[in-house]
Amino acid sequence: MKKVYVNEEWCLACHLCEYYCAAANSGAENMVKAFANGNKPIPRIQVEEGSGINFAVQCRHCDNPLCVKGCITGALSVKDGVISCDESRCVGCYTCVLSCPYGCIVTSENSKVIQKCDLCVKNNNGDPACVKGCPNKAIVLEER
Amino acid sequence: MALNYFQPLFEVIRDKDRCIKCRACERQCANEVHKYDGDLDKMVSDSHTCVDCQRCVCICPTQALKIVDNPNTFRNNSNWSQQIMTEVYKQAETGGVLLSAMGNPKEYPVYWDKILLNASQVTNPPIDPLREPMESKVFLGKKPKNVTFNEDGSVNTKTSPTLELSTPIMFSAMSYGSISRNAHESLARAATELGIYYNTGEGGLHKDFYQYGPNTIVQVASGRFGVFKDYLETGAAIEIKMGQGAKPGIGGHLPGAKILEDVSRTRMIPMGTDAISPAPHHDIYSIEDLRQLVFSLKEATEYKKPVIVKIAAVHNVAAIASGIARSGADIIAIDGYRGGTGAAPTRIRDNVGIPIELALASVDQRLRDEGIRNEVSIVVAGSIRSSSDVVKAIALGADACYIGTAVLLSLGCHLCRSCQTGKCNWGIATQRPDLVKRLNPEIGYKRLVNLVHAWDHEIKEMMGGMGINSIEALRGNRLMLRGIGLNEKELEILGIQHAGQ
Repeated sequence: MKKVYVNEEWCLACHLCEYYCAAANSGAENMVKAFANGNKPIPRIQVEEGSGINFAVQCRHCDNPLCVKGCITGALSVKDGVISCDESRCVGCYTCVLSCPYGCIVTSENSKVIQKCDLCVKNNNGDPACVKGCPNKAIVLEER
Repeated sequence: MALNYFQPLFEVIRDKDRCIKCRACERQCANEVHKYDGDLDKMVSDSHTCVDCQRCVCICPTQALKIVDNPNTFRNNSNWSQQIMTEVYKQAETGGVLLSAMGNPKEYPVYWDKILLNASQVTNPPIDPLREPMESKVFLGKKPKNVTFNEDGSVNTKTSPTLELSTPIMFSAMSYGSISRNAHESLARAATELGIYYNTGEGGLHKDFYQYGPNTIVQVASGRFGVFKDYLETGAAIEIKMGQGAKPGIGGHLPGAKILEDVSRTRMIPMGTDAISPAPHHDIYSIEDLRQLVFSLKEATEYKKPVIVKIAAVHNVAAIASGIARSGADIIAIDGYRGGTGAAPTRIRDNVGIPIELALASVDQRLRDEGIRNEVSIVVAGSIRSSSDVVKAIALGADACYIGTAVLLSLGCHLCRSCQTGKCNWGIATQRPDLVKRLNPEIGYKRLVNLVHAWDHEIKEMMGGMGINSIEALRGNRLMLRGIGLNEKELEILGIQHAGQ
């Protein structure tokens, strides 16, 4: 299955992936609208930086996902290798937030339910927004 | 300084309605123009250090930025322009020689734009390159005067080593040091994929790039940086650099700050020392001396590689080229006054040398008149901006073109002409690791391949229009050219007729 990988050699820590991710999943028509009126949609990808090494981290879509195992309501499930969250079932217990070894599950800005990378299969973006938006091909979608 | 005599050249315009304060501009500006002000909760900018490289404009995800010329003007004066006044202020402040980068930006005539191409109508049909075979392959080097055959029909003539180019374009000399490792890798990989050549410049060849040797021209310049046996043997051809179009008559100076570990090893000089290329080659003071170097290099490489001699286009270029053709060189490269550079004194860049179009026409004519045109191939450089410039150059007599500025543009350069600062935001003319990584060679080499493919298609289209199906039939075919808005003398030097004739 194709997954998103990050090559830290080319990551510039421009943080644009975070903004493309947040805007794509905000449901807004474009990035300006997504961030209008002081809105700060939370991205599902985060750039880690320091000592000249940078890389973006988002859900690894693990083969044996601890978040899915720990989910008390069955909101998290694996479909075709993609782990996604059924927001109508999530009760905001944050067990998954605690159990994810990569820290890739985040809370949402205006409700209790969690949000996480679902490779942009649920929005209208097509390819993942972080991959499309990366200016230096540091984030790629590929089979490994 | 208490009093600023001159104002910033540019002004950053930020559309507050579009800016989402993502701070990408701040993170991507090596000149530290943009800043997030937490107290005001907004992005602010200080235009003083802006060089208009357009990196922030390109990276801004909401197109909120524009860089414009600072509308502040000194009192209008046709003689003392704002730029000249600013330069005087700058020198009064620093006491230094003005430095600039990239090609001469002054408003001198561009002869390419005053030459028009022919096309076939009625009596000689044009050729459609998409339907019929079209040849843009060229060979650079000495061509035999005549061909003799053995009794069995095999060729008896001894031929000199040549370079085979899939299309008459090569990447100009740009040294590792003046440009980054990733820029070099992009050039090397693109040249290899395209079946053309790139040129190491005078900075030696990084060990990692020896694998691209068959598509590499190795340069021997006055500083002799990085020149040794393996280097010469690795290249497909050796270029002796006598001069550079951007700064004829002077040498080069790569500041010690750019001589980091890898550059130091490649150039074979200590880390942190300035790399100074003398103005002359200290062993060349005549054509005879040049001949000695040409043959030492040929001897060192067992006469297997063509030797190129590169000169800047200057006043007596035809006579100089004639001497070079007689020195044993296989290829002459001529660099016009619009050629690029990583750093040159502004006055030299803007005032020394002559246009490549005129130099090419007079060199080709002189070598033909003397019956030695076949002894050398001619490669021209110095602002070949498009495929039509290539076609016009070939019709004026060139065998191939070197492109440098167009190559850098493909890699992201926006001609801010600040290479000498070493803070290239596009990761090209810099050695700062955080900036170098901005140029991913995986992206860079593909863009170069695209550029040359596109030009090759266009060259074939233009040749087809003229009813020519082989680039060999276009070379020196000045009947395909007409001048527009040129005077008698210019037409005479270019060896072409005026439009309508």
